[in-house]
Amino acid sequence: MAAPHAPLRRLAPQIIILAAVLALNLAVFPDFFRIEFQNGRLFGNLIDVLNRGAPTALLAIGMTLVIATRGIDLSVGAVMAIAGAVAAKIVVDGHGWGTALLGALAAGGACGLWNGVLVAWLRIQPIVATLVLMVAGRGVAQLVTEGTILTFLNEGLIHLGAGTILGMPTPVVIWIALGAGVTWAVRRTALGLLIEAIGINESASRLAGINAKVLLTCVYLVSGLCAALAGVIVAADIKGADANNAGLWLELDAILAVVIGGNSLLGGRFSITASLLGALIIQSVNSAILLSGMPPEFNLVIKALIILVILVIQSPRIGHWLYILRASGGDPAPRRKTPVKETAR
Amino acid sequence: MTFKATLLAGAVALAPMAAVADDDLTIGFSQIGSESGWRAAETTVTRQQAEARGIDLKFADAQQKQENQIKAIRSFIAQGVDGILLAPVVATGWDDVLEEAQDAEIPVILMDRTVDADESLYLTAVTSDLVHEGQVAGEWLAKEMDGQPCRIVELQGTTGSSPAIDRKAGFEQGIEGHDNLEIVRSQTGDFTRSQGKVVMESFLKAEGGANICALYAHNDDMAVGAIQAIKEAGLVPGKDIRIVAIDAVPDAHLAIANGEMNATIELTPNMAGPALDALEAYLQSGTQPAKWIQTESRLYTAADDNMAVYEEKKSLGY
Repeated sequence: MAAPHAPLRRLAPQIIILAAVLALNLAVFPDFFRIEFQNGRLFGNLIDVLNRGAPTALLAIGMTLVIATRGIDLSVGAVMAIAGAVAAKIVVDGHGWGTALLGALAAGGACGLWNGVLVAWLRIQPIVATLVLMVAGRGVAQLVTEGTILTFLNEGLIHLGAGTILGMPTPVVIWIALGAGVTWAVRRTALGLLIEAIGINESASRLAGINAKVLLTCVYLVSGLCAALAGVIVAADIKGADANNAGLWLELDAILAVVIGGNSLLGGRFSITASLLGALIIQSVNSAILLSGMPPEFNLVIKALIILVILVIQSPRIGHWLYILRASGGDPAPRRKTPVKETAR
Repeated sequence: MTFKATLLAGAVALAPMAAVADDDLTIGFSQIGSESGWRAAETTVTRQQAEARGIDLKFADAQQKQENQIKAIRSFIAQGVDGILLAPVVATGWDDVLEEAQDAEIPVILMDRTVDADESLYLTAVTSDLVHEGQVAGEWLAKEMDGQPCRIVELQGTTGSSPAIDRKAGFEQGIEGHDNLEIVRSQTGDFTRSQGKVVMESFLKAEGGANICALYAHNDDMAVGAIQAIKEAGLVPGKDIRIVAIDAVPDAHLAIANGEMNATIELTPNMAGPALDALEAYLQSGTQPAKWIQTESRLYTAADDNMAVYEEKKSLGY
């Protein structure tokens, strides 16, 4: 971590993959990189990738921290639905968008706390603990919306999802700012190190004096807050809270983003930036599929194939072979770690 | 009272109608659940229809599970209802329970979906014709364009689902023979608003907004999402890009009233009306209905009073 080139070395695989997928986009649609300024907003496919990747990116921020503690949060998709429903309900009842945002964050925070308490204090396995809310959460959201798509016309709230700040869609600004903020918070303080310590060996970290219970709870809390923000954005984007479909299966995309980001599901070292690049990679794949004009029957097959290739390239065994190949090629490669990170177990 | 009626019906096997003619009818309704606004509206309308006819409706919500529906039907049979309305969650696995109902001389009417079982096991099926809905949409657009060239983009439903397949096929039939109409892009929007918006954004970029003349969406929700994408691209929905979709949910009526959408084809939530008509006729005079009753696929355009329909439909639970 101390070496100046370490961050770039860590992110190299993700950056290369992202560039490759963007090149694929360019191949299927030559105008891919064209960005125009119209209607007071930046308009182009690249902006769409950043904008449409926002929910996954926001979820990936929280998910990275959770996974770094050797946990997992399956409930984020359902929490998105709850938060969106709460925000919509509040503005429909005549309150301002600020209240709605706070209400949604409170709902998401409460869901995160619930997960955190189940995991950290009751010692329920994370996958089971968060499954509870994954299944029940959508029902809660439906109770809030009373089973309908709750539409609203509050300009302030809509601005969070469909508006722009200096021409840039608001969701893009939100996820980049939050990503930078959280990265700063965990890397400029010892927080990141403590989270990694819990993921590597919780008992040892506790013996070393880390308050693992509180920290674990906080990590799930952050994940819930990120999900709430994503839920508000998704609801604001379509001016309505769709309890059935908002954030559906997005927890899986978020986990995938973290995995493509080279973070181990076994916990330990993590990189939020890499996870965010992972989210962008997933969105770029989606974009390529949409732009290609292929019949929709192929969508999932193509996505699966591309992601399989990405994961195979990133696998430790392939990384090791690449390393051997390079070392035997006479190239005096620095005897350091392979670019593909082996995480501490 | 109804139990007696059923016993009588059992004894006089060929004339079950005579026994119940003067009794209040009791009807069981096994509903799938409330997974969509349309389904909630169907439940509301079924209740209203039963109430208007003085029928005692026993309602069972299956929460998307076939075993719950089978349990509900068995309990209806045990209670000796006069008829059963069934909105089946899946197509297969109904033979046994339908035979039980037949043995108990209780007519079963399928609503909104059909089953893979012998036709003799149910009285009739009341459903919309998904292909016809698509065809009405296609024919409307063909008439609207009146020979002018038109590049159409299509938002499909969930890939592989029967509404997506049939509504696509129907639309293609509707525009057949009109060489001026051409579907240039077709992609799934999963029947949701947000995917409808996302996919429309990519259509607008890939084709260029000025080169798209019409949008056909397999349901209104996707169209409503797409309308927002069209607005954000600086175009006027309903004018620059004509929009036709299917379902006629309240928000589509609102969009048509606001001039942002051009037409929608109704998938009526009133399946119970024709079903109860057929059931009453059968119980009273033994009239065998046709095995399939097709509901009307009504076209709504700006010529209709959409605000009034919107107000009326809003209360149905969409």
